[in-house]
Amino acid sequence: MHSVFSRRTGRVAAVLALSLTTALAAAACGAKEEAPTTPAGVAADKAVSLADFGGMDGLIAAAKKEGQLNVITLPPDWANYGEIIDTFSKKYGIKVNSDNPDGSSSDEITAVKTLKGQDRAPDVLDLGVAFAISGAQEGLFAPYKVAAWDKIPASQKDAEGRWFNDYGGYVSIGCDAKRIAVCPQTFADLKKPEYKGKVALNGNPTKSGSAIAAVYAAALANGGSFDNIQPGIDFFAALHKSGNFIPVESTPATVEKGETPISLDWDYLNAGYAKQFAAKGIDWKVAIPADGKYANFYSQAINLDAPHPAAARLWEEFLYSAEGQNLWLKGFARPVLLPGMITDGSAQADLVAALPKVDGEPSFPTPAQNDKAKADLVANWAKALAG
Amino acid sequence: MPTVATTVSPSVPDTAPAVSGRAGARPRRSSATLAALPLLVFVTVFFGLPMVAVGVGAVTVTDRATDTTTLTADNLTRSVQGAYLDALTSSINLSLITAALGVVLGTLLAQAVVASRLPGLRNLVVTASGVLANFGGVPLAFAFIATLGISGVMTELLNLTEAGWSLYTPAGLAVVYLYFLIPLMVLVIAPALDGLRPQWREAAANCGATGWQFWRLIGLPVLGPSLLGGFVLLFGTAFAAYATAAAMVGSVLPLVTLQIADALSGNVLIGQEGVASALALDMVIVAGLVMAVYLPLQRRSARWLR
Repeated sequence: MHSVFSRRTGRVAAVLALSLTTALAAAACGAKEEAPTTPAGVAADKAVSLADFGGMDGLIAAAKKEGQLNVITLPPDWANYGEIIDTFSKKYGIKVNSDNPDGSSSDEITAVKTLKGQDRAPDVLDLGVAFAISGAQEGLFAPYKVAAWDKIPASQKDAEGRWFNDYGGYVSIGCDAKRIAVCPQTFADLKKPEYKGKVALNGNPTKSGSAIAAVYAAALANGGSFDNIQPGIDFFAALHKSGNFIPVESTPATVEKGETPISLDWDYLNAGYAKQFAAKGIDWKVAIPADGKYANFYSQAINLDAPHPAAARLWEEFLYSAEGQNLWLKGFARPVLLPGMITDGSAQADLVAALPKVDGEPSFPTPAQNDKAKADLVANWAKALAG
Repeated sequence: MPTVATTVSPSVPDTAPAVSGRAGARPRRSSATLAALPLLVFVTVFFGLPMVAVGVGAVTVTDRATDTTTLTADNLTRSVQGAYLDALTSSINLSLITAALGVVLGTLLAQAVVASRLPGLRNLVVTASGVLANFGGVPLAFAFIATLGISGVMTELLNLTEAGWSLYTPAGLAVVYLYFLIPLMVLVIAPALDGLRPQWREAAANCGATGWQFWRLIGLPVLGPSLLGGFVLLFGTAFAAYATAAAMVGSVLPLVTLQIADALSGNVLIGQEGVASALALDMVIVAGLVMAVYLPLQRRSARWLR
């Protein structure tokens, strides 16, 4: 018995030793070099504004020296990110490594934690606001204030500069006008019997940010509020019962096939599809429902341990320049600096005119309201829609 | 067997000295253990370590601000309550029903092919089954959506919607699961059906047994272990399926695999990794229970094969 035991421990020790060596080897080859010091005498990964680099030229020089930028979960067909990455890369001669383009916010946070200290860790993040707030609380992000900092509304940024909102849009109803005689304009319209088997979300609201936004918007349209998402859940439960709601997650492919002829999604995604589909003979119409206007923004953050700290900061400066903001606008997203840019004329008028129309200023739920809505949704969604 | 390796591994102290004439017995066993070492290492690294990680994740919670980890039963308690319990139940129900249907239909199909005694047909069905049993995930879901979805080809051709058909229900999902479960069952059961010798049937017929009596008293008891094994395999496959269900009914039918994905990687929930681990542990326990029922039964039925 004793010998059997010792043999087993020997084997366990061998396995442990093997995994330890592998882990060490992996850590060693991914080790990060010390960040260089800027002309102003501040290490690039400690720089909190352009001044620390001695201005834009200093930042560009430092970033070019690093030569690379790691981005994560930026789908090329999402808010024009494809063109944004290309333009940045060509303009500054920096290679952009795009990882996991279809991932989620929690994938980004996981990557920051698991790849910590490696040179393939993400430099910059594009997160849902709730993830930006919780990531900042965990101390994962580097504080940095872009040149346009003062123009970002106070409600759209962290006071310390650990995250700042970048672009956003409204929940909208996309509709295939070739298959649907009269396109729905409001949430109330969606209940009509003529839309039986036609209405889809672009994901599962317990997982997808845009799908939960659609439920929030439906709540606002049906007597709910930022404090009460339940009417939205009830709305979709009723739609499911009447057969109008189909649980297929809409994608460009399902839209093209006609499986999801009505799809609730961010207006910039629906508007982007419209442009993409026009070439294929699909007439994709986008309406922002007047009875349930819900807008939300995504946030930018810089990884505290970014392997390319200067390139990361240059990327943010680029995004918040007129050029970067107009590129988002080209993707039908509403950049955070848009109101000021319309006033000072730096927003491209044709792009502004192409945005889906909406009246009034958007308002946003507080983080606490958001958290409560999510908890309610996770607890009640499945039960309400079962059967 | 001729005497194989007489090399006694010196590093193994308890190996009995080789007895002349029966030199093979002891050393053969130790060299067999040695040969299995890569497998054991593989199992430890790819099953054991993740299992430990899941176990630890399920019973600990890390305070995000102070970065301290404490033991807790919260995750496990939450994983068997409310929406999570519903998901677990509907996963088990769906898996039981589809596995049972798969066993019955797969066995009938395999028996038809084996009984036909056409080698060409048999090869065709077995090869096709091998392919189809591995055809799952999103491509399968989209194939069904295009065929039997709301604006699917067959749906429109046969007016199935008027007949009450909807792909996006538990029944619809069961149909899609059967698409890969039945071929899997054919693969598992065909060799066992081959093992039913025609002579047994002839002998039974000579003694005056009817076809039903043959199957009840001889055929099914002999097939028992294979049928049970097939059922467990099918249950596990259906229980662990994720991508197909996610693409088809992700937002209305709660399944435990979907809940794990929601908790682990999404744009909505934050800090739910512990619950995901607890759910995974629940799945392991369910699978373990199924195995615990299966093993004694299998041992009992196996005596027919001796």
